Amino acid sequence: MTLAAAAGFLTAATETHGFLSPTGVEIAFLLVGLVTFGAALVTVTTKQLVHAALWLVATLGGLAVEYLLLTAEFIAWVQVLIYVGSVVVLLLFGLMLTRAPIGRSPDADSGNRWAALTVAVASAAALVWVVVDAFRTTWIDLDGPAAGSTEATGASLFQNWVLPFEALSVLLLAALVGAIVLSRKTKADAAGTGPAASTGPGVLGAGDTGRDTEGAR
Amino acid sequence: MTTTTLAVLVPLLPFLGAAAGLLLGRTAPGFVRPLAVLPTLTSLALAAMVAVRQGGDQAVNAATELTPTGSVPIELALHIDGFAALVAVLVGLVATCVQIYSTGYLRDDPRYPSYAALVSLFTSAMLLVVYSGDLMVLLVGWEIMGICSYFLVGHYWETPEARAASLKAFLVTKLGDVPFLIGLFALATDAGSFRITRVLGAVANGGLDHPTLIALLLLAGVAGKSAQFPLHTWLPDAMAGPTPVSALIHAATMVAAGVYFIARLLPVFEASQAAMVVLAVMSAVTMAGSALAALAQDDIKRVLAYSTIGQLGYMTGALAVGDRGAAVFHLLTHGAFKALLFLAAGVIIHAAGTNSLAAMSRMSNLRDRVPDAFWTMTVALLALAAIPPFSGFFSKESVLGAAEHVATGHTEHAPGAAGWTVLVAGLLTALLTAAYAARLWLLAFHGRGAEAPDHGRQPLTMTVVLWVLAAPSLAVGGFAYRTLPDWFDGRDLAPTLTTSVLGTGVALVGGLVTYAAWRHTTALAARVPLGAVAAHPEGDAGQVEAEAIASHKPAYGDVAYAPDPADPGRLLLGPLHRHAAVGFHLDAVYTALFVRPVQAGATLVRFLDREVVDTYVRGAGALPRLLGAAVRRAQTGNLQTYVSVLLAGTVVLVVAAVLVATGA
Amino acid sequence: MHLAYPAVLSALLFCTGLYGVLARRNAILVLMSVELMLNAVNLNLVAFDVWLSRAAEETLHSGQALTLFTIAIAAAEIGIGLAIVLAVHRNRGTADIDKLRDTAEGHESHPTDGSDGSDSDARTAGPADRAGKAEATA
Repeated sequence: MTLAAAAGFLTAATETHGFLSPTGVEIAFLLVGLVTFGAALVTVTTKQLVHAALWLVATLGGLAVEYLLLTAEFIAWVQVLIYVGSVVVLLLFGLMLTRAPIGRSPDADSGNRWAALTVAVASAAALVWVVVDAFRTTWIDLDGPAAGSTEATGASLFQNWVLPFEALSVLLLAALVGAIVLSRKTKADAAGTGPAASTGPGVLGAGDTGRDTEGAR
Repeated sequence: MTTTTLAVLVPLLPFLGAAAGLLLGRTAPGFVRPLAVLPTLTSLALAAMVAVRQGGDQAVNAATELTPTGSVPIELALHIDGFAALVAVLVGLVATCVQIYSTGYLRDDPRYPSYAALVSLFTSAMLLVVYSGDLMVLLVGWEIMGICSYFLVGHYWETPEARAASLKAFLVTKLGDVPFLIGLFALATDAGSFRITRVLGAVANGGLDHPTLIALLLLAGVAGKSAQFPLHTWLPDAMAGPTPVSALIHAATMVAAGVYFIARLLPVFEASQAAMVVLAVMSAVTMAGSALAALAQDDIKRVLAYSTIGQLGYMTGALAVGDRGAAVFHLLTHGAFKALLFLAAGVIIHAAGTNSLAAMSRMSNLRDRVPDAFWTMTVALLALAAIPPFSGFFSKESVLGAAEHVATGHTEHAPGAAGWTVLVAGLLTALLTAAYAARLWLLAFHGRGAEAPDHGRQPLTMTVVLWVLAAPSLAVGGFAYRTLPDWFDGRDLAPTLTTSVLGTGVALVGGLVTYAAWRHTTALAARVPLGAVAAHPEGDAGQVEAEAIASHKPAYGDVAYAPDPADPGRLLLGPLHRHAAVGFHLDAVYTALFVRPVQAGATLVRFLDREVVDTYVRGAGALPRLLGAAVRRAQTGNLQTYVSVLLAGTVVLVVAAVLVATGA
Repeated sequence: MHLAYPAVLSALLFCTGLYGVLARRNAILVLMSVELMLNAVNLNLVAFDVWLSRAAEETLHSGQALTLFTIAIAAAEIGIGLAIVLAVHRNRGTADIDKLRDTAEGHESHPTDGSDGSDSDARTAGPADRAGKAEATA
């Protein structure tokens, strides 16, 4: 952020909306963004797996706040409901079912860490540079009626996007069936090894997926 | 049928017989023997008819152009003069005898079909050489003879001696054939034709630009084929082949092809005085050296092989003094009696179970076991030693007479030095020839000791041909010397008084001295037991001979030599004996001069190939291998690594694309 | 508000998720990182939709609609992904991505290995684990 601000400052000094005179919304966005970014960083670096899921909650919640600041209230609520409410719970279940250790696990990162860091930093630099270069003078006018109110979104969705919406329901159905098939397969494979080891997770997988699709709807 | 048709059929029939024999040899074994004997016999009859029709008159010439070459044409040509007609009769006679003899000699040999076919092919090639009027076609026959000789010498390829001998024969004769080929091309270029008649016409008009060079190049090929010094070393070793092959190829016909070739092209050689002197020296060294070596050999066939070299030396000597009539006369008589000697030696080896003279000298009664071989061999040895009135006397006297003719100043055909060289060497060789002939006869037939083993009667096919060949050995010289000049150049072939007395005298001296030495040493024979006989005396003659050859070296330490103190040759030669037995160390000299450098060169090439060239090859392989190992290491199976690399590449590409798009 | 703020934030979040995908060992943490990347895209979509809906007269609100679709698809993805991870965990006894190296050079498949691992896992799965499962099913 500071990098972008500094870069913007040099070239956009003559704009009506300078980076040195931020509005209140901008300040709020900036602060929440910093929190979000920090939470994301902790998510991908922490050695405690369950903490990672919890920090993911913070990240996703921060993003929901950002959506609100961008006047997209419906998306914000959907974000809170689905991501924070269901996806993270799913992930926590997954962690537990795979017997992820609770507490610090020293081998949370693979040996690929430095290559990953290099790639991530390089792509971040490239993206930020391009984005700032392209949009340093672009201004979003947040005044007036909210662009993402439930009414506007609903009207748009059911007027213009009905067909993709229905197609999406088919996709969700396919995902549901796929998850069940995956679980069944594992059940059949593991049938010989003993009922105690196999039935529980198989039933669980199907149940998770079912719940997840319901949440998405 | 015209004479030309008959003459074409003469080489063609054995060739067809050979082809049919090779095709039917496995499927129809019953046809093999008729297919071997009948075509050869027919071509003998046809050759005789051709000879009668030609009758020593004007030469028969016929030609058809084989292929237009743009420069010097190659033609299928016949050129039948008296020489060709008579030599063809000799070839047909000896080949027929050998084919009949082989049916008995190799009676149980599983490879007889291919053997008989190769002998037929050889006969065909030899007849082609004899009748051909075109040097290119002659060369074809010449090379086919060489390859047949290679295969037939190696007939007993199970024994290492036969394998080595066949390779040696092939390589040494090819060593001569390379200059021979170049010489033929040079001759054709100078004369403008491969036809013998045109070449001779060009020579008569002085049309040759490089007579000495051409003659010397051709001489190399002749020396290789006719086993003249210094390319003669293959012939004694070639005795590892079956005896009939030795009789046909290595005594009577193929080795005479070189002499015959010079006889045909004698004017080319006469055009160069230097070539004639070289020819004379070559023949003198060959005669004297081979006669000394023959006196020291233990293997009966090697004695005959060295004797062949010596008699071929007489023929080249006659050519060196410009008398091709005498040369071909000796070729004819020698072909008859030397074939007889070899075939009789084959019978003796079969009967005695050994090829060693030392072992035979310790057997009594061998002559009673094989009376046919004894009597015919006696005749042939007398002919070899040039005792009158056997045929060898007349032909050898004609050679010596021609030499004396030149030496006494009639030098229109040849330099006087050549005459003297041939005369002196010829007389010395006559002495030695009589000596080794007497030694062979005494050791083989007058041994004392244990009774010779009785293997029953020899096959009729093997004994009858001996008498067939004994007739010309006995009589052809005396009857022919008056009529032959009509067939040849017209020069008198009658023996002159001086050389007859001298030659017969030295021959008698040689024989008597040997007899005296034998009487002196024969007492020792009983004291030193020696001998090894074949393991399967009841087998056919070919098997007995193969075993005898294979066991000679383990039994006596060398293929040519036996440590026999009772040998009269040892007494006669004194300190020379040791050197003569191994052919005067010529093989050792060749080993030092040629074999070792070639082997060293091969070692060097192998070193260069393995260490130098392969280093580059290995280096070329090592770089991709290193790259491959590096790339392989990247295949960790870890998806995250793959995706990292993929994304890194994407980032680089995107940055590059953006930079290019913005023109930075 | 400057468009650069949400754009830069989304870029940074995306790269953070990228780092997580590449560097995390546990498959579920990788799935979390994927969620981060998807959310970064969502933020981008929303920000540009808000900007364009102000700038243009007529708009289909395509950005927001797409965001909703993305969220739904992400939910389906996380469901199937977790099912796969669980299946892998049952077969291999591990959810560590860098232990799944069947495509590695020189890798020799040990068919008994996986089943043995899962077997022993199943047998040694203590009461605590059973309790965990029971809790999850409840």
